[in-house]
Amino acid sequence: MNWFLRGVFGGIRTTRYPKKPETTPGTTPGFPVRAEHADAQQRSLTLVCPTSALVESGDAVDVRDDRCVHCMRCAPGVAPSPLTWRYDPQWAHATRGTIEDAALGGTFRRSMHVRVVDAGDCGACLSEILHLNDPLYNMHRLGIFITPTPRQADVLLVVGPVTEQMRLPLLEAYEAMPEPKRVLAIGACAASGGVFGPSFTSAGGVADVLPVDLVVPGCPPPPLAIIDALLALAGSRAR
Amino acid sequence: MNTTRVEASSLVDACKHLGETGWRLATIAVADSEAPELRYIFQGPRGEGWEQLVVRPQPGSRTVPSLTPSNVSADWFEREIEDLFAIDFVGHPRLGDFVLHDNRWAEGVGPMRPGAPIREALVERAWQPRRVLREEGAFVMPVGPVYAGEAESALFLLETVGEDVVRAVPRLFYKYRGVEKLAQGRSAQDALLLVERANGTSAFAHAWTYCMAVESIVGINVPERARHLRMIFAEMERVRRHCAVIRAIVDSTALWVGASRLLELEERLLRACGAVAGHRYLFGLAAIGGLQRDVDDEALRSIAHEYAEVGKRIRVTVEELAHTSSFLDRVQRVGVLDTRHANEFGAVGPFARASGVASDVRQLQPYGGYADVELEVPTANEGDGYARLRVLTDELRVSTALIGRLASHVPSGDVRSDWSPHRGEALGWTEAPGGTSVQLLMLDDDARCVNLRFTPPSFRNWQNFRWVTEDFAFQDFPIILSTCGLSVAENDR
Repeated sequence: MNWFLRGVFGGIRTTRYPKKPETTPGTTPGFPVRAEHADAQQRSLTLVCPTSALVESGDAVDVRDDRCVHCMRCAPGVAPSPLTWRYDPQWAHATRGTIEDAALGGTFRRSMHVRVVDAGDCGACLSEILHLNDPLYNMHRLGIFITPTPRQADVLLVVGPVTEQMRLPLLEAYEAMPEPKRVLAIGACAASGGVFGPSFTSAGGVADVLPVDLVVPGCPPPPLAIIDALLALAGSRAR
Repeated sequence: MNTTRVEASSLVDACKHLGETGWRLATIAVADSEAPELRYIFQGPRGEGWEQLVVRPQPGSRTVPSLTPSNVSADWFEREIEDLFAIDFVGHPRLGDFVLHDNRWAEGVGPMRPGAPIREALVERAWQPRRVLREEGAFVMPVGPVYAGEAESALFLLETVGEDVVRAVPRLFYKYRGVEKLAQGRSAQDALLLVERANGTSAFAHAWTYCMAVESIVGINVPERARHLRMIFAEMERVRRHCAVIRAIVDSTALWVGASRLLELEERLLRACGAVAGHRYLFGLAAIGGLQRDVDDEALRSIAHEYAEVGKRIRVTVEELAHTSSFLDRVQRVGVLDTRHANEFGAVGPFARASGVASDVRQLQPYGGYADVELEVPTANEGDGYARLRVLTDELRVSTALIGRLASHVPSGDVRSDWSPHRGEALGWTEAPGGTSVQLLMLDDDARCVNLRFTPPSFRNWQNFRWVTEDFAFQDFPIILSTCGLSVAENDR
């Protein structure tokens, strides 16, 4: 039973986030940031971007977060004149109003149950969601739990572009949830269809099928970005 | 690749001959511009390479004789092609309801055909699973498509007479995203994104397979440094994915402490990938002609060290678990796949190697730089859950050692060759973490993708799932499922 003892007496290695920022390398791929005064080379990145996530507006290059699929073509180390990338975990944005408007608040701050539905995910977002239970992240300490049944769920977390054959199971899961409920779309596919949608077999993201409250873009968004969004829904996000 | 044109009438005999001499069916591809043309690609048993049989149905018809009665490994390929291209396989025992579910799409749509009326074929109707058991009290217990905590969407129909499950039938393709169809008409560069994101946990291997096909069409060589780095990243991905499967096995036996420990080790591997390559799942790393970004040699060596360290810890954990009876009792003698079935139904990868089928294209058909490295291919013969766990752990050891050897002397130079468009057709293959991944690619003069046939390992391995799930107890189902290490996303693509 050595594995058991090693596990139990291994000490606490959990991140201090959200109390303190997490700076370990490799916890996030980063996210491109709008360039206010873009040079010519940066403007040419809009032609390289495969999903039109980068658009020119005046002399700036704007980033449409939902469309970014992390192809890395505008990243430092790849592009000759890259955009600036940010490495904080606050990737989420609300679909209407502010992030604070989407919060459940009240008792949900201490206990919030999440049902994950895979609506055509490639496995990367699901893997990152799995790591929320990792001792290094441990979302249980924040009062967030994954539940197998939608009837006990407060948040419907959807990954994938919503394929035609997952549309009805997804809707059924949503219908089965009690009020109040929130829908959280995780990843580029769920946000905008990503590289797959809209197409003959996929919707262009969860918003085509369900009313979405919060979106976390990225391909895939790292565990901390997902935790940040879940905390925002619970109403206890770090400010 | 050796190509032979055969008449539809002599197809079955030609394939039978190949099958009898040990050639395994790797994929069936369809080129469908004006008239459909089927390509049956076989892999030689001892490194002979690839053999292609090309068949055209009679003019005006969309029927070919089915291989399935004489070679069962063609079963799922034919079912898939029937759904996607509306080509009828005469003599196939069971077509329909496969990729396109009967309750969502009308039969005979063939979305891969040029100009098929796809969206018009959407329907909404009831669907009942087929039941084979006719004993009194027999029933079908459906599991899915939305089930468990963070499970991938798939439906499993467990046929039972009460206590034990007699057979389990997977109904997949809930996540069919149509990668092959979406790739048509896109530039070679953009189609790479689709292939890479078809399965996030083997992204680099599939991207490499694709790049290999493009590189042999346009006729360029990859720089020495990129060849070397590609091997390192592919092995890193293998280690990480094997760690994830081992974690899932421990998780399915409800040993949370062990599972958490492995989860933490997997996160360390992900962070190592993220720190050196900029992306935790190695997206955006592979590029046509080499790699999209260069990495620092010093960082690479420290990552190799981290992999060796984490690999050692994973092995120690597994060895200790193997001395824990509550774990061993649950993985031994469950989900047995015997060598005969693994061979007949075309299993690949560690899944097949645990059943005594020692096929690894890194050794059999070396690509990239694998011809120059010494490679041990671990196998086992029992074919049960424990054998699969052992093979995974051994492969993890071999791969971490290989990463260390490769990272110690990385050649200097560029990581990317320039290329210019060229028309052509080529096969790409790699040993992805789950097994052999094969892609047949056709490009036009502007390097636009005309046709892509993407056969991932999971597609070939799910076909064997029915043998793994015969006569078992209900509580063993998650364990059997996890020991197989099959990806639904990769299969559905």
